[in-house]
Amino acid sequence: MREMKSIFKASNVVKLVFIVLTYLLVQFLINIGIITDYYQTTLATICINIILAVSLNLVTGFTGQFSLGHAGFMAIGAYACAIITLKNPTYAGFIQGVAAGAILSAIVGVAVGLPTLRLRGDYLAIATLGMAEIIRIIFTNLKITNGAAGLQGIPRFINWTWLFVFTAATLIIISNFIKSSHGRACIAIREDEIAAEAMGINTTKYKVAAFVIGAFFAGVAGALYASYFYFLKPNIFNFAKSVDILVIVVLGGMGSLTGSVLGAAILALISTFLQRFSEVRMIIYSLILIIIMLFRPQGIMGSRELSLSLFKRAASKIEPKVGKERS
Amino acid sequence: MPILTVEKLTKSFGGLTAVSNVNMEINEGELLGLIGPNGAGKTTLFNLLTGVYVPTTGKIVFRTKKGEESIQGLRPYKICGKGIARTFQNIRLFKNLTVLDNVRIAMHKDIQYGIFSSFVHGLRYNKEEKKIVEESIKLLEILGLDKKKEELANNLPYGEQRHLEIARALATNPSLLLLDEPAAGMNPAETTELISLIRHIREEFNLTILLIEHDMSLVMQTCERIYVLDYGKIIANGTPEQIKSDKRVIEAYLGEDVNNA
Repeated sequence: MREMKSIFKASNVVKLVFIVLTYLLVQFLINIGIITDYYQTTLATICINIILAVSLNLVTGFTGQFSLGHAGFMAIGAYACAIITLKNPTYAGFIQGVAAGAILSAIVGVAVGLPTLRLRGDYLAIATLGMAEIIRIIFTNLKITNGAAGLQGIPRFINWTWLFVFTAATLIIISNFIKSSHGRACIAIREDEIAAEAMGINTTKYKVAAFVIGAFFAGVAGALYASYFYFLKPNIFNFAKSVDILVIVVLGGMGSLTGSVLGAAILALISTFLQRFSEVRMIIYSLILIIIMLFRPQGIMGSRELSLSLFKRAASKIEPKVGKERS
Repeated sequence: MPILTVEKLTKSFGGLTAVSNVNMEINEGELLGLIGPNGAGKTTLFNLLTGVYVPTTGKIVFRTKKGEESIQGLRPYKICGKGIARTFQNIRLFKNLTVLDNVRIAMHKDIQYGIFSSFVHGLRYNKEEKKIVEESIKLLEILGLDKKKEELANNLPYGEQRHLEIARALATNPSLLLLDEPAAGMNPAETTELISLIRHIREEFNLTILLIEHDMSLVMQTCERIYVLDYGKIIANGTPEQIKSDKRVIEAYLGEDVNNA
């Protein structure tokens, strides 16, 4: 037991050091000009996509509920933040915007999740698909969102530091949730819903909880998007956007948070480097996706996490005496 | 004193009556058997008792510390919370999770910290998580699985998967344990071991046990009383000796359908 505890502590310290180093390294690269303004946009995309992918992974990868409407929640967060910061262009306004976007998103999550998640099966996929479209069409027709033309000149309050803080906080919160009894309840639902319910888990409650937490963070991601990219229109949040997020989750590995982080980073980088070949960009991008899925159908990380113990296990595998079974 | 009373319980699926007008009484501390030919409705009866199915008519009364409560039609997790745990005929473990996680998940209902405190992992989280790991390991020791706690459930041999199902059911801290064919697929040596295990956990956890089993030697050896179900109806109820000599049972089950015996 004591041994296990010390490993826990050590891994926490390593995580903290890793988090701080990542921040400082990127900040340093920005300061000396290696990460130019152009690449900073990629950096922002990566951070926002990490938040989106990790929150969708909680719903789809960990709880096993297929959701196709993540862009809808992102849209709610984005428009809420944009409208509030346009009216009140201060940091206080921005914080209010993020909070309002996330909370509104979560409320819509409850409204969609409660009726559909009581049922077993893929009702959620259909319902979320419809919900995201309804949200997009509402935003196309409302006056306050300026219709199809969208909102422009949204004041930018965020930089790398803000993006990093939000991304790291999302990762820590969701990872902590998964490592708790409540998170295990969600994973049990993915593994076997009937057995989970028989073991005393209120499956409806945990499906809705995971969905609402996912919606909340998608709202945060949307708010960051609005604040970073100045400009919003409803078409950004179409079905293709939901699929993009799902692609990151599947590519990184369903049920792996570090997989989602890697997936978001790799896809954004590929997409940025392919900008030079604009004619064939989408063809190469799709080919890369197909190749990755052919060789790693379970995603880059499968359902594992990138961690110290994984390296230790890999090291012990190299030793010839160990012949432990693998799944 | 009965811990569970079933009154006129009926379940129909469309035109088929799977369980028909069943009356049962299970006394505290008893080890009961439920037998019957294939398709007699045994598992359906389990599913009614544990809330997987809602009965068409009838009543199920369960005695908890708080007194007697009607539990028919409650959702399974609520029934589990009142103290009825079960295993599954076709093993339903959380296959891609470790042995330890399988047991820890079943301890979820006793967790006190809320969803919000799980975001930050406070003091209470650490204390409770430590406690459930310790309790899980204790349970795994009893079932002989403690050395395999980090293995994936899927990688366990069949007999050990059955043991893990029992460990997981015990983790919910039940007063009534329903075992659905615990010896299915086991060899005679494993079955003998299972019999002593069932007796042991009954003493250790102060349990009342109801088990469905096709292995007649197991049922006759361990059960103090046996209910026989045929075509959804209870046709006999008594000690193993009484059941062995009951004419209707021999006709419906032991004699007529030799393959199941």
